[in-house]
Amino acid sequence: MLAFVVRRIVTTIPVMAFVALFVFSLLYVAPGDPAAIIAGDQASPADVERIRASLGLDRPYLVRFAEWSFRVIQGDLGTSIFTNLPVTQLIAQRIEPTLSLMVLTLIFAVVVAVPMGVVAAWKAGSWVDKAAMGFAVLGFSVPVFVVGYLLAYFFALKLDWLPVQGYTPFSQGFWPWLRNLILPAVTLGLVYIALIARITRATMLEVLQQDYVRTAQAKGVTQKDVLFLHSLKNAAVPIVTIIGIGIALLIGGAVVTESVFAIPGLGRLTVDAILRRDYPVIQGVVLMFSLVYVLVNLLIDLTYTLVDPRIRY
Amino acid sequence: MTASSTLAAPAAEPAKAELSRAARFRRYLRRHPSVAIGGGLLILMALIGIFAPLLWTTDPTAIAPSRRTRVPSELYWFGTDMLGRDVYSRVVYGARVSLLVGFSVAVLSSIIGLTIGLFAGFVRWADGIIMRIIDGMMSIPPILLAIALMALTRGSIQNVIIAITVAEIPRVARLVRGVVLSLREQPYVEAAVANGARVPRIIWRHILPNTFAPMSVQATYICASAMIVEAILSFIGAGVPPATPSWGNIMAEGRALWQVRPHIILFPAVFLSITVLAVNLLGDGLRDSLDPRLAKTL
Repeated sequence: MLAFVVRRIVTTIPVMAFVALFVFSLLYVAPGDPAAIIAGDQASPADVERIRASLGLDRPYLVRFAEWSFRVIQGDLGTSIFTNLPVTQLIAQRIEPTLSLMVLTLIFAVVVAVPMGVVAAWKAGSWVDKAAMGFAVLGFSVPVFVVGYLLAYFFALKLDWLPVQGYTPFSQGFWPWLRNLILPAVTLGLVYIALIARITRATMLEVLQQDYVRTAQAKGVTQKDVLFLHSLKNAAVPIVTIIGIGIALLIGGAVVTESVFAIPGLGRLTVDAILRRDYPVIQGVVLMFSLVYVLVNLLIDLTYTLVDPRIRY
Repeated sequence: MTASSTLAAPAAEPAKAELSRAARFRRYLRRHPSVAIGGGLLILMALIGIFAPLLWTTDPTAIAPSRRTRVPSELYWFGTDMLGRDVYSRVVYGARVSLLVGFSVAVLSSIIGLTIGLFAGFVRWADGIIMRIIDGMMSIPPILLAIALMALTRGSIQNVIIAITVAEIPRVARLVRGVVLSLREQPYVEAAVANGARVPRIIWRHILPNTFAPMSVQATYICASAMIVEAILSFIGAGVPPATPSWGNIMAEGRALWQVRPHIILFPAVFLSITVLAVNLLGDGLRDSLDPRLAKTL
């Protein structure tokens, strides 16, 4: 087990190294002059030169990459062009809202999607199944900001049940924090629910055809136990895997959801950085999110032994 | 479409083999209603985009401060935005951007991904390197990758297409490589190798035709996701130039006013959702009809 964990962690290093190389190299392979594009149309030649120097574009590529990677390993993601603050500091300031939103969405989505997929598979072909899968197709088709505005319009503006937008830090109490996050979490969770429910249903359909399920039913195990103990446990590996892969959807969706609900998180930071073409910030956010994504999927790999004791590393 | 209709045919009784092409096509659509509905809606959207100037639209970029933020009426079907532009005309012209981006990204990433996937599947020494690169690219969430690319280029439809294509290529390449690796082990491929067939011939005759089904399904899903990503990029201001009427842009402009004039966001949102839904339905239908084993599970 330990050997596997070490090996698995070691294999993530080249992946992250590639991500770093890629994100860094974009500055050099982008068509046109990135310094001029970042500076904008109204910039003076001096501004362009200043940005070129601050990005290190005036020095050789390999030298710059070596310097940059050395700093990144030490946790220095560079300095924002617009605010002149360290990128790590900007990210640290914005991490709480995004983390809250993503964790809440994750819990909400799993709690809704897994039972939905199980029931859909159990009642395969029935109207319950059709409704659940129709919902899944819709979830994939309606973009996240459309869902956001619809929910905000009805539940916040018309019914006045929940705040329209904004964020309250967790330190100001659990309830105010939660109230602000309910609509964003539902918004962000919809496509994630669609994804998990679909995979849950597909895997459960396969498992339900196994002999041991029939045996369990034959010996009089209740339907609930057959579904949630005998079958779901055996269907767990693909479901857990898709939950990990779907984190990419959550990260992408968070950028948009935070814009719709004016949540001052990493997504907002990214959007602000885009509008100001603050590449060091974008670079830092992309690196950090990719690291999170890789680590979450590493953790998921390790949990396979928990959900399925037959898997031994 | 012809290839899929012939695929559905073999199970039919001898008498039905005499059916004309059109009749077989009709039967295929009857059996796979999601292809019919999705394809129909998509054709409708394409027609709307193509014939936009004829559909009682006005200049979608004409600014008129005197008629700003009107609610929908007989004169302005979808109302006007904060610059007084006709939202109906903008939405109708917006179909062009979405469809162009969706189709271009689907075609480009399919072709490039197919090439990379075939290469990785056949040139074994390169496989390790290519797959590590693909792993690396796939660990960057696609939207963020597209955002990073757009931050370094000027906003234009062409750049949006390139950015989304780059973000989608790894998925296609990985799919094709998987198909190639499993096909290589098939007895008929081994037989071809034993017969002395060269690699290009094996690829052309035995591998490519078998990648067609999974690729066309994947391409529809890529088309759907490209339209959503384009709308997201434009929505956050990193997509097509603001003057171009795209559904994402219209929604971005309606954002400031959404609490008082929700229709500016609502109309492009409905069009975008219907189009993406149509593409997804088409993809689901194609998947079910091309791979009947999957049809029962997914």
